[in-house]
Amino acid sequence: MNWIAIGVTFKLAALTAMALVVIGLPIAYWVSFSRWRWKFLVESVVALPLVLPPTVLGFYILVAIGPHSPIGRLYTDLVGHPLPFTFEGLLIASILYSLPFAVQPFAAAFDQVDRRLIEASWTLGVSRFGTFFRLILPMSVAGMVTGFVLSFAHTLGEFGVVLMVGGNIEGVTRTVSIDIYDEVQALNYAGAAKTAVFLLAVSYLILLTVYAMNRKVWAVWPQK
Amino acid sequence: MAAEMIVDITKSFPGRLMLEARFGLSLDPPAILILFGPSGSGKTTILRCLAGLERPERGVVRFGTETWFDGQAGVNASPQARRLGCMFQDYALFHTETVTGNVAYGLAGLPPNERKARVGEALALLQLQGVEAMRPAQLSGGQQQRVALARAIARRPRLLLLDEPLSALDAPTRAGVRGELRHLLKQLAIPSVVVTHDWGEALALGDQMAVIGDGKVLQVGTPQAVFNRPKDAEVARIVGIETALEGWVRESVGGLAMVEVAGVTLHALAEEGVGPDVFVCIRAEDVVLAPGSAGTTSARNQLRGRVVDISSMGALVKIGLDCGFPLSAVVTRAAVEDLRLSRGLPVTASMKAGAVHLVPRRDAAVTATA
Repeated sequence: MNWIAIGVTFKLAALTAMALVVIGLPIAYWVSFSRWRWKFLVESVVALPLVLPPTVLGFYILVAIGPHSPIGRLYTDLVGHPLPFTFEGLLIASILYSLPFAVQPFAAAFDQVDRRLIEASWTLGVSRFGTFFRLILPMSVAGMVTGFVLSFAHTLGEFGVVLMVGGNIEGVTRTVSIDIYDEVQALNYAGAAKTAVFLLAVSYLILLTVYAMNRKVWAVWPQK
Repeated sequence: MAAEMIVDITKSFPGRLMLEARFGLSLDPPAILILFGPSGSGKTTILRCLAGLERPERGVVRFGTETWFDGQAGVNASPQARRLGCMFQDYALFHTETVTGNVAYGLAGLPPNERKARVGEALALLQLQGVEAMRPAQLSGGQQQRVALARAIARRPRLLLLDEPLSALDAPTRAGVRGELRHLLKQLAIPSVVVTHDWGEALALGDQMAVIGDGKVLQVGTPQAVFNRPKDAEVARIVGIETALEGWVRESVGGLAMVEVAGVTLHALAEEGVGPDVFVCIRAEDVVLAPGSAGTTSARNQLRGRVVDISSMGALVKIGLDCGFPLSAVVTRAAVEDLRLSRGLPVTASMKAGAVHLVPRRDAAVTATA
């Protein structure tokens, strides 16, 4: 088994899931609470990674962070090297790729918080910010865990996006799924099988946790 | 200078009713205003506009010298800034918190000692000692209602908004809690707006009453005045009770009470804990008329009187009687013709003891200081 690839993969998945809690919470809050009539435009964009081929997503991210784009140039100027085919670039791509897997369970959990309780909190003088942390978040713990775990698990298994944005650099961007692919290409089926079983077991354990915690929250899109 | 809250707001809902609310509420001395109307008449929406949870389209809401809402100036104070206490119809208690947690929820900004003192005060006032560590789901309906009220008053709000405060309780509990609530609101001396469709609640709690029908304020006055003298047929239909008189319970034995009203003694079925001072309420539909002096019937109350007023209400006719006190009856057109009812005609009005409803009346002493 390629322990280096496993290390890279778990580091990537953990950082992605943590970043998605920070980025996903405000987006999910907005998706759940906004009364804007064109809200569905944003909802659809957030859901895009669910249906888009990873190569397409990876291609656009590659172009967006590449040396010819303003973002890529800015990053190169600041840090000294370009983003593509680095761990940081891969992290950005993973965050975008797993965005719906965090935002949707978060938003589904927020949707289930009784709006009357939120209004009661406001009339008790607690600010919107305070109400979020003291009332909404504690009532959405199951959804939070689901979103965290799903985005972690989803990142573990990503392949196309990694290949497009990260390349295949040992110890930097070679993840488990790439490693399996390499082993198969090299006709080393025994090596591929070991790593595959490992990934299967880990993924199954993670989903067991999610389903045991909550049998209602996980849906492809929040049930209204 | 007497401080006043002034409400003059409109809000329209596409394809539904148009809300137009215009009324005042005395803040000093603190008064209790009842918003009375059938469900769907817009009472709760008015309350939500006062709380800042709903934005009116036009108009103003002024609280003393403060402006809470001004459609033209674009002012709309947040619920937090209005510093009020709300009690919602289903209480909206935080089920993840204990009773203490619920009551302390709005006091996070206070130093711990002060917070503890306030929580203790509110729990004691509402007799919730002993259940502090329980969660709302473990409490009875009456206890949940008290927790909701304790939570609302713990912040010392400047205005209390109560939406159908007793509707989630079963009928026997409601009668007892109604009396407790009345004492408490007077003791707290916080100006209050109470939404209800229960005339017993309106009479027991209200200093003033605004009748709401189809989103509009139809009549404002003391509850007794509104019940006795509805402005028009619509108000009469909404309030549903045409006679509400001050009375005194003289004797109460085995569930049957003898009540004195303007020198006349009436029999009534007494609810538990109805004090000596009561409102005697009689629905016009429950009054049966007979010419001259009627013979013996099963009805416990037989009153001699004369017709003073006859007014048409569509298929029915409303008869105003003088029986030593004013009494309203509703009969059909055919009955008017059969009995040859006319002004000045002596009649006997009868009603069963069960048709004479008693509602606790605020003690005279408290009314005088209010």
